[in-house]
Amino acid sequence: MTATPVIHAQQLSLEYRLQGGWQNAIRGVTLSIDRQQIHGLVGESGSGKSTLGMGLMGYLPENARFAGGSILFDDKDLTRLSPADAARLRGRLIGFVPQNPLDALNPSLTIGEQLQEVTRYHLRLSRAAAHQRACQALEQTRIAEPEAVLRRYPHQLSGGMQQRVMIAMALSTRPRLLVLDAPVQTLFRRPLHPYTIGLLASLPGAAGGQQSRLATIDGTAAPLTGRPAACVFAERCPLVIAQCRTHKPPLEQQPDGRSLRCWRGPEIAAGSVNPARPAHVSPAAAAPADAVPILRAEKLRKTFHDASLFDRLTGKASAPLKALDDVSLTINRQATFGLVGESGSGKTTLARVIAGLTVGDDGRLELLDRPLALPLHRRSPEALRNIRMVFQNPGDTLNPYYTVGQALGRTLSVFGRGQFSREEIARRTAALLEAVGLTAAYAGRYPEQLSGGEKQRVAIARAFAASPALIIADEPTSALDVSVQAVILNLLKDLRADQGVSYLFISHDLEVIGYLADWIGVMYLGEIVEQGTRDQVSAPPMHPYTEALLSASPSVDLTQPAQGIRLTGDIPSPRQKPAGCPFHTRCPRRLGPICAAEVPPLQIGEGGHQIRCHIPLADLRTLQSTPGGSG
Amino acid sequence: MIRYLVRRVLLLILTLLLTSMIVFAMTQALPGDIARLVLGRDARPEAVAAFRQQFGLNDPLPVQYLRWLGGFVTGNPGRSFAAGNPPVMPLVLDRLGNSFLLAGYTLLLTLPLSIVAGIVAALREGSWLDNLIAFISLSVTGLPEFVTGIVLINLFALGTGWFAATSLVQDGYTVVDWLRVLTLPALTAGFVLGGYVTRMTRAGMIDELKKAYVRTAILKGLPRRTIILRHVLRNALLPTITVIAISFGWLMGGLVVIENVFNYPGLGSLLVTAVEQKNLPVLQTCVVLIVFIFAAANLLADVLYAALNPRIRLT
Ligand SMILES: Nc1ncnc2c1ncn2[C@@H]1O[C@H](COP(=O)(O)OP(=O)(O)OP(=O)(O)O)[C@@H](O)[C@H]1O
Ligand code: SF4
Ligand code: SF4
Ligand SMILES: [Mg+2]
Repeated sequence: MTATPVIHAQQLSLEYRLQGGWQNAIRGVTLSIDRQQIHGLVGESGSGKSTLGMGLMGYLPENARFAGGSILFDDKDLTRLSPADAARLRGRLIGFVPQNPLDALNPSLTIGEQLQEVTRYHLRLSRAAAHQRACQALEQTRIAEPEAVLRRYPHQLSGGMQQRVMIAMALSTRPRLLVLDAPVQTLFRRPLHPYTIGLLASLPGAAGGQQSRLATIDGTAAPLTGRPAACVFAERCPLVIAQCRTHKPPLEQQPDGRSLRCWRGPEIAAGSVNPARPAHVSPAAAAPADAVPILRAEKLRKTFHDASLFDRLTGKASAPLKALDDVSLTINRQATFGLVGESGSGKTTLARVIAGLTVGDDGRLELLDRPLALPLHRRSPEALRNIRMVFQNPGDTLNPYYTVGQALGRTLSVFGRGQFSREEIARRTAALLEAVGLTAAYAGRYPEQLSGGEKQRVAIARAFAASPALIIADEPTSALDVSVQAVILNLLKDLRADQGVSYLFISHDLEVIGYLADWIGVMYLGEIVEQGTRDQVSAPPMHPYTEALLSASPSVDLTQPAQGIRLTGDIPSPRQKPAGCPFHTRCPRRLGPICAAEVPPLQIGEGGHQIRCHIPLADLRTLQSTPGGSG
Repeated sequence: MIRYLVRRVLLLILTLLLTSMIVFAMTQALPGDIARLVLGRDARPEAVAAFRQQFGLNDPLPVQYLRWLGGFVTGNPGRSFAAGNPPVMPLVLDRLGNSFLLAGYTLLLTLPLSIVAGIVAALREGSWLDNLIAFISLSVTGLPEFVTGIVLINLFALGTGWFAATSLVQDGYTVVDWLRVLTLPALTAGFVLGGYVTRMTRAGMIDELKKAYVRTAILKGLPRRTIILRHVLRNALLPTITVIAISFGWLMGGLVVIENVFNYPGLGSLLVTAVEQKNLPVLQTCVVLIVFIFAAANLLADVLYAALNPRIRLT
């Protein structure tokens, strides 16, 4: 580690022009990255990760400026280079992979044009050489058929493929430094700073099992205009002392090479104080033992034909899309049914069919022992009241022109069938807001005056306003920071016990599902391939797809090396759903031709555990219990 | 693509058939006898009868319609009611040519400047230059055409004599003569169109400049000029190009006011005269032709949009 670092930022500060003044977004950051080193940067939304990442490339948005410090790269100070010189360095010596591949590619240029222009401009490669380089770079990302991909337009690629193209683009000039702005939860061994400890502890996987609550961080990240002057974390830190508010802690090098900016670092390292919040380990109520079904779904099907009538008449319709194929499930009273699966597996369609927002083609629904019609308009008011939804983006579902109080009051008066007096509505609104951890004062606010987490709490309060039997939550925390997600997950858990509701909870995050759900369904291309209790689906025997999902999710603990089987390739389009077992094109445990030819049987194991696979349960158990047992 | 075109052309023909029927039906709804309306209240009964005979007005309506339709398709939709009863087609074609000339010249005068102005305004968003361009483009579009037209005439025709105030197009015109005649009406129409195009271009550019792919291009280290020309422009101009194609229909058939102010013999003014004179054969042919131009301009806009936008495949 004595070699000169590739890049070295010293006391770097960056400012944005906001409301006529300059506001500090990055203050005095010092970091070095050595050759072949991966430097991770974590923090809540708005903490400045992207700003710093792009600043390291010498790029600033138009309303930003460097306010001090230096960035040494290649013997040059990037903060002092002219824009043109900085541009020549980035792209050639520093590559960038953006946070969100969506829209990061120009929709009207082919992948080839966009990949080749980098090397043609920076390395002056000929057309043919640039083409070859682009192919190589794509091959490095293990994309299938790089030649064909080069000829395509971005919209013809899946999100995963677009991400790989972005990586190939950054790699194609063989840069010395790669900046990856990705929302991954990075790996820690033993964090020392109170903020890092708080972030890590709020991950659902860090919780001590389902009975405990998630740790949270108090308050929210301060906006640029209101940041504390001394320790930036002081307002929210459980270990704060008087000194923290008056003097900025220095960046101190630790014996193991880490550096830490905290007055109480030595005490934390010595273990004499602990920023984890002991008050929060009180057990959360578990689901009742007796299973009373409140919702039953049998053989639900939904196929989308998105071709127009004209296309169908002329026989030109594209293949129909089977979004739900023979899905059956049961949700018990006060239980949480967790639904996981990759994007495009049909989770949202299932939720919408149960909620009646999408009309299922076929199948039966039963709510509280009464048949439930598939189309919304044929459902009784009682049934409508009993199923409510919470969506991914709270901002989209709250009407910007209604105050929180008006939105809640409207739902209350609709479902109280106008029998509530004005005082009763005000009283219930206040009670609801308190139940979701807000105060009655929030009733007067408009959605734009709420943070993302607060909006989601209001959306949850609105769902509860109708006193439903079932709440369907579709990725309710995926747009939120892990610290805010912890608050919402705790809240949902408390409300389940207090209000006696059941949840159908959808998430692509296995940790979140594992924390909240009693019963888990794993979806793949419109089918539930496995369902069972949390313990059943996370230990052998498991469906090969579940197994792959589990081993693909990054472990928070570095001491556990990644193991198990890998998923290769992207999820196939549901339009070209593979015959036989839908998973056979990617299944690492594939038996042979039978998987492609015959629909696998539904095997029922102990305790109602269901797995749809040709491999007998006993064999699955053996295969999955021996490490490296895959073929 | 071929299928799409065939379908759209069939649709266009259907539209034309329907419009022609509607126009036909509407002319029949005029109060009173058309022959009397044309010949005047004091016309002798014999003259009226002869007129009806000559234009086949005694036949049942469907027969009249089919005769007109047959004539239109074969390029001879009958004769005008006007004095001397000249054939309709050469008259209309002549006006069509004039309109085409004016429309083309207007686009030529307007587009380069207004597109560049839109791009510059977007690149300097919020600057005094942007504000100035916004002010000019808003005011020129907002002014009624007859006001701009009359101001221009006073400034450049009556005042300096550089350009012709009225445009009695004659045979044997040289290019200079044509320019003298065309420039002022083209400018008047160009003001309306140009202001619009500038604002469309500016809005399109600003939208695109905010897109994530622009940042990708910047972080690739590409020079700014390449980013604008290669990446941003082709996306930003898509809506503008559609608007231009559609506005071509307006330039061809909708310049009634401008043609009137400048006395320019285009299609629009022919249509108005035909209405005034109850000149049904001219009226019908004109309307169907203008509808055709509008529909064709729309089709052109759609095809252009799809050709420039890989996300859209016409099927
Ligand atoms: N162009 C801009 N103008 C003004 N303020 C900005 C601008 N871009 C970012 N900010 C502010 O700077 C701070 C840091 O933002 P940044 O995008 O770097 O955060 P981040 O850590 O990457 O967040 P996320 O996890 O949401 O991507 C935030 O308070 C943000 O509101
Ligand atoms: S310096 Fe003080 S407030 Fe800041 S993180 Fe350390 S203990 Fe907390
Ligand atoms: S049926 Fe075959 S392809 Fe499908 S999951 Fe089982 S082993 Fe894999
Ligand atoms: Mg970011």
